[in-house]
Amino acid sequence: MARAGQVALVAFLLLLGAAPLTLGEFHVTLLNYIGLYSLVALGLVLLTGVGGLTSFGQAAFVGLGAYTTAFLTTAELPAALDGLGGSPWLALLVGLALTALVSAVLGWLTLRLSGHYLPLGTIAWGISLYFLFGSVDFLGGHTGITGIPVLEVFGFGLKDPRHYYYLIWLMLLGAIWLTRNLLDSREGRAIRALKGGTVMAEAMGVNTARSKVVIFVVAALFACVSGWLYAHLQRFVNPTPFGLHIGIEYLFMAVIGGAAHVWGAVVGASVITILKQWLQDLLPQIFGASGNFEVIVFGVMMILVLQRAREGLWPLLIRWLPQPAEGTPPVPIAAALPRRAVPAAGQVLLEVRDVVKKFGGLVANDRMNLQVAAGEILALIGPNGAGKSTMFNCISGVDGPTSGEIRFLGQRIDGLASRDIARRGMSRTFQHVRLLPTMSVLENVAIGAHLRGKGGVGAAGLHLERAEEARLLAEAARQIEHVGLAAQMFEQAGSLALGQQRIVEIARALAADPSLLLLDEPAAGLRFLEKQALADLLRRLKGEGIGILLVEHDMDFVMGLADRVVVMEFGEKIAEGLPEAVQSDPAVLDAYLGGVD
Amino acid sequence: MDLQIALLLGQDGITNGAIYALLALALVLVFAVTRVIFIPQGEFVAFGALTLAALQAGKAPGTLWLLLGMGIAVAAIDLTLAVRRGTTRRIPGIVGWNIVYPALLAALLWLVKPASLPLLAQVLLALAVVVPLGPMIYRLAFQPLAEASVLVLLIVSVAVHLALVGLGLLFFGAEGSRTPAFSEGNLEIAGLTISGQTLWVVIASLALIVILYQLFERTLYGKALRATAINRVGARLMGISTVMAGKLSFLLAAAIGAFSGILIAPITTIYYDTGFLIGLKGFVGAIIGGLASYPVAAAGAVLVGLLEAFSSFYASAFKEVIVFTLIIPVLLWRSLTTRHVEEEE
Amino acid sequence: MSAGPILEVRDLCVAYGKVEALHHVSLQVEAGQIVTVIGPNGAGKTTLLSAIMGLLPRSRGDIAYLGHAASEIEIERMVAQGMTLVPESRALFGEMSVEDNLLLGAFMRHRLGHRDQAETMDRIFEIFPRLRERRDQLAGTLSGGERQMLAVGRALMAKPRLLLLDEPSLGLAPLIVREIFRIIADLKRTGVAVLLVEQNARAALQIADYGYVLETGEVAIEGPSEALEDDPRVIEAYLGLGGKH
Repeated sequence: MARAGQVALVAFLLLLGAAPLTLGEFHVTLLNYIGLYSLVALGLVLLTGVGGLTSFGQAAFVGLGAYTTAFLTTAELPAALDGLGGSPWLALLVGLALTALVSAVLGWLTLRLSGHYLPLGTIAWGISLYFLFGSVDFLGGHTGITGIPVLEVFGFGLKDPRHYYYLIWLMLLGAIWLTRNLLDSREGRAIRALKGGTVMAEAMGVNTARSKVVIFVVAALFACVSGWLYAHLQRFVNPTPFGLHIGIEYLFMAVIGGAAHVWGAVVGASVITILKQWLQDLLPQIFGASGNFEVIVFGVMMILVLQRAREGLWPLLIRWLPQPAEGTPPVPIAAALPRRAVPAAGQVLLEVRDVVKKFGGLVANDRMNLQVAAGEILALIGPNGAGKSTMFNCISGVDGPTSGEIRFLGQRIDGLASRDIARRGMSRTFQHVRLLPTMSVLENVAIGAHLRGKGGVGAAGLHLERAEEARLLAEAARQIEHVGLAAQMFEQAGSLALGQQRIVEIARALAADPSLLLLDEPAAGLRFLEKQALADLLRRLKGEGIGILLVEHDMDFVMGLADRVVVMEFGEKIAEGLPEAVQSDPAVLDAYLGGVD
Repeated sequence: MDLQIALLLGQDGITNGAIYALLALALVLVFAVTRVIFIPQGEFVAFGALTLAALQAGKAPGTLWLLLGMGIAVAAIDLTLAVRRGTTRRIPGIVGWNIVYPALLAALLWLVKPASLPLLAQVLLALAVVVPLGPMIYRLAFQPLAEASVLVLLIVSVAVHLALVGLGLLFFGAEGSRTPAFSEGNLEIAGLTISGQTLWVVIASLALIVILYQLFERTLYGKALRATAINRVGARLMGISTVMAGKLSFLLAAAIGAFSGILIAPITTIYYDTGFLIGLKGFVGAIIGGLASYPVAAAGAVLVGLLEAFSSFYASAFKEVIVFTLIIPVLLWRSLTTRHVEEEE
Repeated sequence: MSAGPILEVRDLCVAYGKVEALHHVSLQVEAGQIVTVIGPNGAGKTTLLSAIMGLLPRSRGDIAYLGHAASEIEIERMVAQGMTLVPESRALFGEMSVEDNLLLGAFMRHRLGHRDQAETMDRIFEIFPRLRERRDQLAGTLSGGERQMLAVGRALMAKPRLLLLDEPSLGLAPLIVREIFRIIADLKRTGVAVLLVEQNARAALQIADYGYVLETGEVAIEGPSEALEDDPRVIEAYLGLGGKH
């Protein structure tokens, strides 16, 4: 991290530590609430800003944490549950387990559907739990539960809000630390890749459904901790603070603060909390009636933020901070990752037999056959609409064939998910470049090495996987040097020229250590010199024993490069053979220039 | 439970279900045309009922001020754009719809003393105040974000809902209102008493569904809306503008919402925030239809109404819990039957 | 209407983010002419049509339709002034009947107060008798060739002065391609100007008056179509040999 940023962070932490010593009780309490809300909003940053999902029901998870501890620390428990009673810390663990279970089930149910079902599910869930809190007798109905014990830390009772303040903010800073660690890891890259669409992430071996559930659960756990803290701060709970409208306010905090940044959660929670305090005094005076009129302002503010500054306040704020000095970070170096066995040159890698793909009545691929061997470049060419991309999708597992057989290294792979195919050593690029434009080239390429690491979410949060992470990044750096983009390693991928972006895609595919590389129109849109550089690179890879299947339109690019060519038209193979022979085949010329008469 | 009670509960369930069905249809329509998940639908229910109640009580409804205010805002934005782009031919239309119409309506309400008018005239006046708010909200909140993701539109939708609930409290206060029934008297069929208003609700809902069906099947503008829902680019290439389709769908949704509120106001007391839960129950129906199928959405909504009526008998405290937990098995069923499709960015 | 060309594109550049897809493209279509833009996949042909229609913003250059170059192109106004695009995807309304698809083709004319849709539809059924047979069928159930006929028929319902066609032959069998091209050639006789984007160079040049060869976003060659038909550089461009120049 840059020096200026560190100075700002240290100054902020010092101010935070000194705050209760100088501020009055009212302001300390306000800061306590900001801390509690920030914790919930932080989960939403991970979910909404980073993962592209959202939830209106976080308040219900806060309620789950609060009610679990309220119940367990106050109720007369039946003998079987006696061991769980009394201790708030044990109640925290129970609350976390309960929250993890509920959120995992809810996430699993809704995340398989398209994006908007999760938020809708959370709205229903938020309402349902709110009414449940209010109507269950043993939770005290609408009056709630009172007499929640004071929290003790090593025998020291946290009764004074000034003391409680330190617990809240330590927990929040801890959560921020965990979140930042998680995002800066193998799992974190997989999570950040979600926003770029699931096809790319899956092709790199990421289980995107699992990644989505993970961030939903983590966000719910943060909310649960916030609820637990809230219950022991207030020492009583009732359903009101866990209703849907509070859940909506949490989301507003994250979006207004800046949903893509961990500190955005703190900014948003501060702005909304302080504004609410102020508006609740001011608006009833203006309107001459009492009520929660601040929601009018919040609603309008939210609309304006999403229309005018969708990134929220944090990006606007950091413009005022001193900018970090430009400097190139060191190139990561670490021991190489283990590689898979390289197939002998000439060994058949991929075999497509009688593959048919139909879309409704339309036959996009008709009895297609082809083979690719190790150390060979096979070009699949044909005019637009000939069915090349469909063939490509069948092989790479984006969309399985209707009938026929696809074998990779002797095993059937037709119908497998693309991440399972990737695991077997087939890696691909995309015709329409699918890089994450705001991530560095290095991070983008490291996504390709996803399957070569094992570090899980827990290890990532605590940064226990640094040795493996260093090796993954070193591998990514090696592949970037391999393809000749070392100078651009730390630039944002989106700032590169199209030709370079295509090369980054190849580096990303290589980071998976593939035996077979699938390239979808790698030369499209490239200039002559860029094409030459690309062809040189592919020849080098071929020399290293990798098999390459190239889908191309540009016949000239293919001619000097491919060992064999398969030509498609109307979903069928119309020619196959050496490049020179195919080039002069009249059927091929007709296919390309059109044959009306 | 005996048959008598079952019939009574069934009657309740179908009455509510008919309203939820109307709302579900509007939600499916708005989502299909604009990709907006229209959370504020319920506020139109409340606004429709409370505006009518205010007119009957001889008060100026707060929604009239909202209409005047939003009209000025829309006119200010559109006039600026029209001048900047040199499309001055649009100016009369902008001023007419957003300034002149609300002003004339305000003048009319001031002159005619709506409290003494017949019910039909009061209903029409209430609709005249509330329904134009739909397209105005589209213009102010959603049109600038027409290219945004479903998620962003949903968050905006929730923000609009929040603002409207706050305004509802400001306009109508925390007390609820109930309006007199459309007709006195009940109907006796086979020993079962059916209230006149129940019949009104069911018949009017059915009539509205038939009208909507005719609109989409027979009129060019209805077809244009469907076309936009099916293929946005194709519709634009026919000259059907996304903005026009968006405003039209919001107009219909507002009309359906406000009319639903007017229909149920004699049966149940409506508060400023009642609409939200009513709207969400329409939603559960719409989700059963996958936000895409009109008949399944309507059937789902009637199911929600019945479930609600029967659970209020067996476990009245858990009524809302049961209705909103229904969404979980529905989502499970949908997630098992739907093949996941990559959403376009 | 001015006496100049019906469409004049000058120095047009279009970019997707940082990637420029069209560089300084200029072309003209005279009233009643068929002009074709041919070129290999990825040359920017679809981008060109999208920019002319107003589906895509341009980064520089002028597009003058009927002698008037608007600073901001609105699709609606283009349609109202008789420009219609048949996109490569056809963009039919699959869950609606053939007849409804055709009716919607005249949506803008209806809005402008014209009520001659019934006669226009009869004329289109004369051109495409297959569509009359299938008028009550859902568009989504048509075969590939019928879909293309419906897409063209729907565009003709707007009685266009300038018809933009994007790859009408795409994915169609040669026999149907021939029929579609015959119909395009016939359109010219009714006074409709056509800007035809095609990959099927031979077929396109046979019916066109003038042609442009687009390559990596630039006009590489242009000329009367007879001249282009025999130009070896066209074949080279198609096979990607143009990169060597």
